Amino acid sequence: MSKSVVNDFTLNIATPNGTGSQTSNTIIFRALYHMGIAAAAKNLFPSNIQGLPTWFSIRVSAGGWQARAEQCEILLTLNPATWNQDIANHPRGGVIVDNTDYKIPESRFEGYVRYSVPFESLALKHLRDAKLRPKLKNLIYVGVVAQLFGIEEESVQATIRAMFANKQELFDVNWEACKIGIDYAKENLKKQDPYRFARANQTAGKILIDGNDACGLGAVYGGCTAFTWYPITPASSLGEAVIEFFRKYRTEKDGTRNYAVVQAEDELAAIGMVLGAGWAGARAATSTSGPGISLMGENFGYGYYAEIPAVVFDVQRVGPSTGLPTRTQQSDLLLVAFHSHGDTSFPMLIPANAAECFEFAWRAFDVADRYQTPVVVMSDLDLGMNTWVSEPLVYPDRPFDRGKILTPEKLAQLEKWGRYKDVDGDGIPYRSIAGRTQDSRFSYFTRGSGHDENAVYSESDQVYARNLDRLARKIRGTVQVLPEPVLAGKGNAEVGIIAFGSTDHAVREALAANETAADYLRLRAYPFHDSVGEFIAGHDRVVVIEQNQQGQMAQLLRMALPEHAPKIESITYYGGLPLSAAFVARALNGTLAKV
Amino acid sequence: MSESATAQKTNRVGLTKEDYGGAPSTMCKGCGHDRISEAVIQAAFHLGVESHRIVKMSGIGCSSKTPAYFLGRTFGLNATHGRMPSFATGSYVANSALMPLGVSGDGDTASIGIGQFVHLVRRNPKMVYIVENNGVYGLTKGQFSATADRESPSKRGALPSEGPIDLCSLALDLGCSFVARSFSGDKKQLVPLIEAAFSHNGLAFLDVISPCVTFNNHDESTKSYTYHKDHEVHYHDVTFVPHFEHIDVEYEPGSVQTVPLHDGSKLHLKKLDAAYDPTDFQRAAHALRETRANRQILTGLIYINKGTPTFAETLKLPATPLASLDEKTLRPSREALDKFNAAHRV
Repeated sequence: MSKSVVNDFTLNIATPNGTGSQTSNTIIFRALYHMGIAAAAKNLFPSNIQGLPTWFSIRVSAGGWQARAEQCEILLTLNPATWNQDIANHPRGGVIVDNTDYKIPESRFEGYVRYSVPFESLALKHLRDAKLRPKLKNLIYVGVVAQLFGIEEESVQATIRAMFANKQELFDVNWEACKIGIDYAKENLKKQDPYRFARANQTAGKILIDGNDACGLGAVYGGCTAFTWYPITPASSLGEAVIEFFRKYRTEKDGTRNYAVVQAEDELAAIGMVLGAGWAGARAATSTSGPGISLMGENFGYGYYAEIPAVVFDVQRVGPSTGLPTRTQQSDLLLVAFHSHGDTSFPMLIPANAAECFEFAWRAFDVADRYQTPVVVMSDLDLGMNTWVSEPLVYPDRPFDRGKILTPEKLAQLEKWGRYKDVDGDGIPYRSIAGRTQDSRFSYFTRGSGHDENAVYSESDQVYARNLDRLARKIRGTVQVLPEPVLAGKGNAEVGIIAFGSTDHAVREALAANETAADYLRLRAYPFHDSVGEFIAGHDRVVVIEQNQQGQMAQLLRMALPEHAPKIESITYYGGLPLSAAFVARALNGTLAKV
Repeated sequence: MSESATAQKTNRVGLTKEDYGGAPSTMCKGCGHDRISEAVIQAAFHLGVESHRIVKMSGIGCSSKTPAYFLGRTFGLNATHGRMPSFATGSYVANSALMPLGVSGDGDTASIGIGQFVHLVRRNPKMVYIVENNGVYGLTKGQFSATADRESPSKRGALPSEGPIDLCSLALDLGCSFVARSFSGDKKQLVPLIEAAFSHNGLAFLDVISPCVTFNNHDESTKSYTYHKDHEVHYHDVTFVPHFEHIDVEYEPGSVQTVPLHDGSKLHLKKLDAAYDPTDFQRAAHALRETRANRQILTGLIYINKGTPTFAETLKLPATPLASLDEKTLRPSREALDKFNAAHRV
């Protein structure tokens, strides 16, 4: 056996979807966290409830990197439908844990370290309860992995306890099933590979959370009271998180709910309800993905033109059309930036990690209220649905900003109030809210058709153009409150890298390993802060790395900063898997090699 | 009573009828929709509706423009085509103390917006929903709508290639708690029905046949003034008595049914057909089918169910509107977040 490899390898577990393997995979990942190891978990699942193949990869690295690894060192091939391909793709010299009962030809294991376990037979022999057996048999591989690669029993036990809410009975059956694997491995498998997990100190203070939960909690902390949504992968768990946190944090002792959740008939209705609630003065939001965003188009334009606050969470997946619903991409940027017909522009907040999901979620409500417009939080499937080892969520550092809501006092100050009058020169008008006062001077008629400063119907070319210009100026002003970009590096390198969102993990990892000195600017919002133009101006070459085919962020940058357009280069990956550092390094070397 | 005398009269909240008016109408002269606007004004004046307690909601189309022509002191929202129900629902959950007064058309409700209409009915918010139904797309100059009858030709003589949707039957089937139909030219029936709709604690749906004088009022049209006069079937005459009035309505015993509404007001139905009971779902469904088979238009209060919970009740909304809750109530504490973080470290 060669020199041992500690905490620097990837374990890939292939199972059929819907067989309970998710629980087992989660136990392994969380037990590693318990050992102080910041593993990266990527669940590659099909658009299916039961039967189709799913792969769960658990990567451990010295840096605690959270990006996907392209290859694995250890393969658990536990799906009769995929073992053939799984083994074919597995690099020689690697480790395979297989199910003896599948009777895979011996020849297929040549050049690998093989651990064969009769999972079915063990389950039949030791798990006597036929009803529980299907649920528990996957725990056997947890035990095998723990024993073979050194996950401490104490950590597995603590994880099972936590996952089953400290219920002794549930702990007992799960641990017993796990023990079957541990005992089998102890007695029958001789360690022949170099890989092992060891206690580390990568998780101090950090939490385990997925982006959708973090967004959901952020919405509650942001004061959202009306949440209207239509289920769609990968955004459904965001809606479910909001419901869970509403129940937990917003229910009075007498059962009164300080919230409303409406599961709408479709995304057209979901955004309509958000706008109706926002118009009536509540903080309202919806969650969706690309197809839903497409359906919301007309009402996005309505919100823009009628100036109604709204928060939309877009957990991006692979398009076009139904696309790959369970794969990740950053391909809704151009759609959202100019959504709906006519001249529009929508602010986007782009979180890169779970802590930012929480922060940008509550901040989005302030931006929407202050600028009276729909605002979109751009998450993605990788960020939203995978569990991450994240910095803890930070309590909001400022109170709600409800923006320019007209009060009787303010009305008295204003010589002549008009709903769309630019009193302060920032393009933001004062808005009155129905039901807040009996004074009929407050009331006005909101419409998506042409209107003047007093919200009166108008088809005047001058009134229309003036209004549109004010709107553009208003949206440009959002840069003052949107998250600023984050710079890594001294700022004086020859090459400047630009990336954003969940690909940050792969980009940072690639840059850390790469000898090419490059500065890295991570965008966190659109429209772009002035510092983005300065960053591009300060570098000879600028490469934008993103997960879509068309280089959408690069296009947005070229449009916003035409003077820099020629020097903006693009690296794109759009296969639907979370970005890997290896891809970034290869692509970057390739791009920079070109003159 | 002369016009000026009417204008000076004030109601219980100190407003004149003119106070319930709006901008001058831009409908065609003689349009049924203007009659409906007048009926809304009269009903609101009679009831003493407080302008700040309702919000006008509409979609797109001729009908949806009319909220600009009544209740000018009231907030209004002219939404996108067919999407008024979702905007109204949003406003309602944000502030259920504000009653949406929805105005829509047959295109807005029966075609592009039928999905939202259907689900609005399922939710039963306290809301008035008036469809100004002329069987035709007026603003785009005369195309058929989904309520156009098969035998009703367009102005140019073409017949619809698809069958009609009867919105009252649809609403009834979906469990709508108040289903009524009337005719824009029948103020005597329409005004009390609108008043009753305002007092109903749930979704009050009113299908108002409203001839389009420009595109759908020729003799062959089934939504014309003449067709309606010839084919209308009243099962009762309607009188509405608000809870604050003490007017004795004289009806012969045995021929009057009184429907008390949740706010104490009363709807008296003078029966023309003694067997008709608007609280009987089966009877209502049968009456709609029977009259349609006879090429008749059933008008009046077709069905009412006061037992259906409102959406606010179902959602357990607080007494204080969601829109008025403060940061202290809405933002969980720092300690709660500390606990959350701690719970995510295992």
